Amino acid sequence: MDHLDMLENKSIYIIREAYYRFKNIAMLWSVGKDSTTLLWLIRKAFFGKIPFPIIHIDTSYKFPDMYEFRDRLSREWNFPLIVGRNEEKLAAGMGPSTGMKLECCTELKTNALKQVINKYKFKAIFLGIRRDEHGIRAKERYFSPRDDQFQWNYENQPAEIWDQYKSYLDEEEHYRVHPILHFTELDIWKYIQRENLPIIHLYLAKEGKRYRSIGCVPCCSPIESNAETIEDMINEVATSKTSERAGRAQDKENIYTMQKLRALGYM
Amino acid sequence: MEEKALPIVITGHIDHGKSTLIGRLLYDTGILKEDRYQEITASSSLLGKETEFAFVLDALEEERAKGITIDTTQIYFQTPKRKYVIIDAPGHKEFLRNMITGASYADAAVLIIDSNEGIMEQTMRHGYLLSMVGIKDICVLVNKMDLVDYSKDIYDKIVTGMKKFFGKLSLTPRFFIPMSALKGINVAKRDPSITWYDGPCLFEALDELEFKAFEERPFRFPVQDVYRIGKDKIVAGRIESGEVKAGEDVYLLPKGEKIRIKEIKKFLKDDIRKAAYGESIGLIVEGTNGLKRGDVLSGDMDAKAVKEFDANIFWFYGEYNKGDKIQIKCTTQESYCTLAITEKFDPATMDKKKEGLDHLEIGEIAKAKVKLRKKIAIDTFSYIPEMGRFILEKNGIPVGGGIIV
Repeated sequence: MDHLDMLENKSIYIIREAYYRFKNIAMLWSVGKDSTTLLWLIRKAFFGKIPFPIIHIDTSYKFPDMYEFRDRLSREWNFPLIVGRNEEKLAAGMGPSTGMKLECCTELKTNALKQVINKYKFKAIFLGIRRDEHGIRAKERYFSPRDDQFQWNYENQPAEIWDQYKSYLDEEEHYRVHPILHFTELDIWKYIQRENLPIIHLYLAKEGKRYRSIGCVPCCSPIESNAETIEDMINEVATSKTSERAGRAQDKENIYTMQKLRALGYM
Repeated sequence: MEEKALPIVITGHIDHGKSTLIGRLLYDTGILKEDRYQEITASSSLLGKETEFAFVLDALEEERAKGITIDTTQIYFQTPKRKYVIIDAPGHKEFLRNMITGASYADAAVLIIDSNEGIMEQTMRHGYLLSMVGIKDICVLVNKMDLVDYSKDIYDKIVTGMKKFFGKLSLTPRFFIPMSALKGINVAKRDPSITWYDGPCLFEALDELEFKAFEERPFRFPVQDVYRIGKDKIVAGRIESGEVKAGEDVYLLPKGEKIRIKEIKKFLKDDIRKAAYGESIGLIVEGTNGLKRGDVLSGDMDAKAVKEFDANIFWFYGEYNKGDKIQIKCTTQESYCTLAITEKFDPATMDKKKEGLDHLEIGEIAKAKVKLRKKIAIDTFSYIPEMGRFILEKNGIPVGGGIIV
């Protein structure tokens, strides 16, 4: 069994554990490379069938390619899609330019997700986060409880040993489940290449620039790059001198922004 | 370069320099990216400190402000030889569950000791727990040598003490290295300031450590779930030991009946003849009325279906009092159980106790008879680790773990 096989088999095990523990479960899909990889692993875990809904949180500021990709894949892979939007705040004009970026993320991402979870009464949400993305994410568990205020109690996380995951639910709790926590950015690209997975073209270089991490148009900056193929990108990521999220505005506002966002329920 | 990353846990007493060591290692090997380094410098200066390498892993605001590691973290780095996952584990007793969480992912361990303070309570407790989770490759680092003027006497005393300690556990550490994480001495490269030492630096020592050896063992497959997909009933699970072939007969435990593996299933793969250890697969079986989660398919009858077994238990959260409702989880098997503790043991003092056997606290280790409400299939930890280890939950919260002896 090679390195990518090991990662895959572990992820599938976790996906099946979560599905057994929480019948009312869904997956959060950003349409980016990580959560698309997770979606593929879910197909593998259930032999091609995706047995629960897939949620896309739409801030309305995403790249047009992302919407096109979302709709195409949901048809081709045949899964039920829930699109969550904080309509009230969008109608009131919330956006990255009208307020603080932290507030915008909280309203259009975190609170939009809260609305979906409350509406559908989901008890667990699959997320495609990885440990190597950020110091805070490196502290996550595979099964990560959130309280009724959606808060992450990062100072009192449960032990998680030998593939035994705490899944006990208080009435108002829900769990975030992170099946690809152990993949690195490089692993993801190698896996995408091996499995020939579809990805959004924004990741690939055009005229010397590409996006290493994608989200909302106003808050993502492209990096200088000539990586026009996945092969090029694997070489580039392996030798990069900056971290993956360096192009993401939300991480820069304040040193602890990510911690605060996650504590408040951000993905 | 090897593709697979060797997972190494960094353990030791609080403030003996675990996080600093890792930060230093990453900085010296150029793995710490420039933007992260600047973020750490900015965060350190907010707290009135020079660039604090411990902040690479101590990312939580509380951790940086208090200067302690609360939770376990994993970070990747590489040498020309191979990749590593470095797992930082907190030294504080209160966060022992986070240390064990970290250690359970590791194949090898580093145990760090402050030369100025010497061998402390948590040094021994961590050393003992490493042996319990089955880690044999241990590298002992005698840190902060700059604070004791690189004294050979102090180093030798610690080495002798640790050899004696591990000897009682039938373990021999692979390396002892005198060093200073803060000054970068004997971390990424050998340093001549310790004139009496000519062994490897940490970097070289790590390259010598090995992945846990894989051993041929009989087939074990705990059922995770059963899915009905189209006309098929697919039994999902992961092979925890050995291998299985299509067409083979296996035993269904705890009942003991014989059933046949008709097909091995994976998405988009046809006609799979064989699957082995670690693979998450689906099986189509015949010869039984139905399988459910918690059943175990076994290649032989050596796995025992029992209602009682002997175990070494470690307690890491809250308290245990006799009569507490405890649940055991072993692979996908679960049952309520009671503990009959026969001996208590504090690795920090190496004292065996026959009193207070109806109570356990964080950090305590006990020999016990575990009595289950229903039968589960087990092997001893030394024979098949995956089938011989378990966790204990109280009110749905993981509180302890154990190995079957």
